[in-house]
Amino acid sequence: MSGIISYGAYVPYYRLIRKAMGGGKGERAIASHDEDAVSMSVEAGRGALANSPAIDTLVFATNSAPYAEKLNATAICAALDLPAQVNTIELANNTRMGLAALLLGTDLGKAGRTSLVCAGDLVIGAPGGVRERDSGDAAVAFVTGPEDDAIARVLGRASSTTEVLDVWRLPTDRFARQWEERFGIEVLGPVSLDTAQRALADANVAPDALATVILDATNSRDVAGIPRALGLKPEQVADMLAGSVGRSGVAHAGLVLAKTLDQAQPGDKILVLSTADGCDAVVLEVSDKIVRGRPTRSVEQWLASSNNEVAYNTYLKWREILPFEPPRRPDPNRPAAPIMKRNESWKYAFYGSRCGKCGQGHLPPQRVCLKCRSRDEMLAERFADASCKITTYTLDHLAYSLQPPVVSTVVDFDCGGRLACELTDVDPGEVAIGDELEMTFRRFYTGQGVHNYFWKARPQR
Amino acid sequence: MASNGIKDQVAIVGMGCTPFGEHWDRDAADMLIDAASDAYASAGVDPADVDAYWLGTFASGISGMVFSEALKTPYKPVTRLENMCATGSEAIRNAAYAVASGAYDLVMAVGVEKLKDGGYSGLVIPGPDGDGTESSMTAPAMFSLLAPAYCEKYGVGEGELKDVLSRIAWKNHVAGAKNPKAQFRKEVPLEKICKSPRVAGMFGVFDCSGVSDGSAAAILCRAEDAYKYTDKPIFLKALSIAAGPNEGFISDEYDFTTFQEVVVSAQDAYKQAGITNPREEISMAEVHDCFTATELVLMEDMGFSERGEGWKDVMEGRFDGDGVQPVNPDGGLKSFGHPIGASGLRMMYEMWLQLRGEAGERQIKDPKLGLTHNLGGQPGRCVSFISIVGSELG
Repeated sequence: MSGIISYGAYVPYYRLIRKAMGGGKGERAIASHDEDAVSMSVEAGRGALANSPAIDTLVFATNSAPYAEKLNATAICAALDLPAQVNTIELANNTRMGLAALLLGTDLGKAGRTSLVCAGDLVIGAPGGVRERDSGDAAVAFVTGPEDDAIARVLGRASSTTEVLDVWRLPTDRFARQWEERFGIEVLGPVSLDTAQRALADANVAPDALATVILDATNSRDVAGIPRALGLKPEQVADMLAGSVGRSGVAHAGLVLAKTLDQAQPGDKILVLSTADGCDAVVLEVSDKIVRGRPTRSVEQWLASSNNEVAYNTYLKWREILPFEPPRRPDPNRPAAPIMKRNESWKYAFYGSRCGKCGQGHLPPQRVCLKCRSRDEMLAERFADASCKITTYTLDHLAYSLQPPVVSTVVDFDCGGRLACELTDVDPGEVAIGDELEMTFRRFYTGQGVHNYFWKARPQR
Repeated sequence: MASNGIKDQVAIVGMGCTPFGEHWDRDAADMLIDAASDAYASAGVDPADVDAYWLGTFASGISGMVFSEALKTPYKPVTRLENMCATGSEAIRNAAYAVASGAYDLVMAVGVEKLKDGGYSGLVIPGPDGDGTESSMTAPAMFSLLAPAYCEKYGVGEGELKDVLSRIAWKNHVAGAKNPKAQFRKEVPLEKICKSPRVAGMFGVFDCSGVSDGSAAAILCRAEDAYKYTDKPIFLKALSIAAGPNEGFISDEYDFTTFQEVVVSAQDAYKQAGITNPREEISMAEVHDCFTATELVLMEDMGFSERGEGWKDVMEGRFDGDGVQPVNPDGGLKSFGHPIGASGLRMMYEMWLQLRGEAGERQIKDPKLGLTHNLGGQPGRCVSFISIVGSELG
């Protein structure tokens, strides 16, 4: 048997009020201009890996892969400082792949393997459409493995595969298309119910014994009939965060599961179901190890830390849907492959160096110590989770950015070490010397077809 | 081991300088031809008599052939060099050392930069390939870090400091208005400077130097030969340069109120020249006012003002064109823009004019010693150049 050992979630800082898009209630989560499925998955992964389990497999699911060809999970692997020996698997093309990735992880757990399962999505819909309005951007990560350490073990599961033209997108398309909703409901409704029932039967759990039922689908009406069909009480059915996040693609079933685990009691049984071109369903039972396995930040905390003062046209610029006047500055250079490789531990895992003789910290890592000039006496030190404070800062109105002005800071790490870095997820008017910051992995820009990932600082969320 | 300097061993005997500005109709070669021709004429030498050349350009061309092909110099040695914004000064320094060594009798230091063909706002620094982790701060942002740090350290209010910075810009535009070679030749009212649109931090547009094209050149020889070429040579008293180890972005002790590179290069230069009290002994200075706050901090780093007192000296007019110790009497980078390879030589050109009594309505009364200063990089991480020149030996 196997299960979930730990988990982490990530909801970006910015929200778009649906009224600003032309209608609807509440708001949706939107990734900032410097985020994508990979960077958000790294943030979620950091939460899941807080206790530093030994990972041997990385499974990444996304429907918004930054690279169509080239593994995206490699950047996640490098940024999370996972060993190069991990087995990497990437799933795509369908929002159900998030839950599929989790099931794959728990299956691998039965074989004694410990996996990090990440699902992250940045969901873009055509302007004015339902998909734009009802979707969200988020990521979630689970560490899965043998049952001994599990905070939630798998009791049973079921799957269905349905060849149906419901939601689809060509490689050359910017936005997904959808067949008439009624048709999808007719086909996928019964498939979803059947899968739920088979999962419950496999787990030998009666519907009324479930603490929470998570029903995720490309079209929420595909699964709207399940509560009644299973005789569920309203309090058993999870709030799908439609008003605060929106459906976050591959991440969504997992995100709601994370939120459920944040509040779950030992013994709680949870049905998670995700419908898209078929259906996957799993029944989990929460163990008494739940308290230990929770991440530092709950989904509630991610939701509470937000800013919804983003104009709709700003969002459209961030998604490169709306052309805009560029600054009279050169386009950013693409980073060079050999240099990225040489400096991988700095660029991705955020390793600086500390002088073994005198203790001076250096970011980026140096061979010669500034203070005592010792040569090649450095010890590698990871600063990704180190806290830091603003020593000085400026607002740069001239620098290239999709969100001017750029807040440029010089920060000093509490553990010793200085870095000039950009601040993100911040109101430029609220920055002050002495502010406490934390590091966050971001996609700075894409230059000549190359995504440039590195770390920025943000106010503590 | 010592930095001995070459005090009074080398003289400048001719100079040329193009007008600085947006020269849409001229390329780097045109400007080199103009500046070099003026310098040859100024020294009264035939181009064939010049033994070697040092060409400073940051990015307007590669190799000495930028110059030799423009001027058709017949197989003479031309060294192209670069040391960021100190590039023009570095050309003087290397040319002077070559003469002092006895390797050549007559040499030219020349600098040029063509910036206005790029079409960008501000300065664009082409760098080597990178890993994408480099700071993307623009130049105004880098230097704007000086302002809040200065306020905090010396208890100066932001509004108060803004007035100080504006006064520096105002002063340099007043000087530039009197200079036919300057890019901006108009005085700018203080209020307009104060209210100019923000570029970075406390800096408005008028806190920043402009972007321009230009070229300047100097002819150097050994001091004992100087009077063969002119009856009013100027003599090099000190040449100093310091390149920093990036202390500012590694050490948490650096507080963005000083340029250690400037402090070190100034001390070295004063030692070479035998200066013990720069505030009293230096008659005038051309300093690297890339941004107004830079000039303020330089006054303290170079010992023209006590620490934390520079802003008062600025407000009291000490550094005005008619002040006790004029700084940037030609209008500075503020009025000239900053064609990188040319700026250091343009500063020296003002020393040349002032020390020879040829500065027209900008003329400072009876100057003895002048200082030029260039800075390349940013607060905490830069190269700094300082020269001291005088009209008399000894």
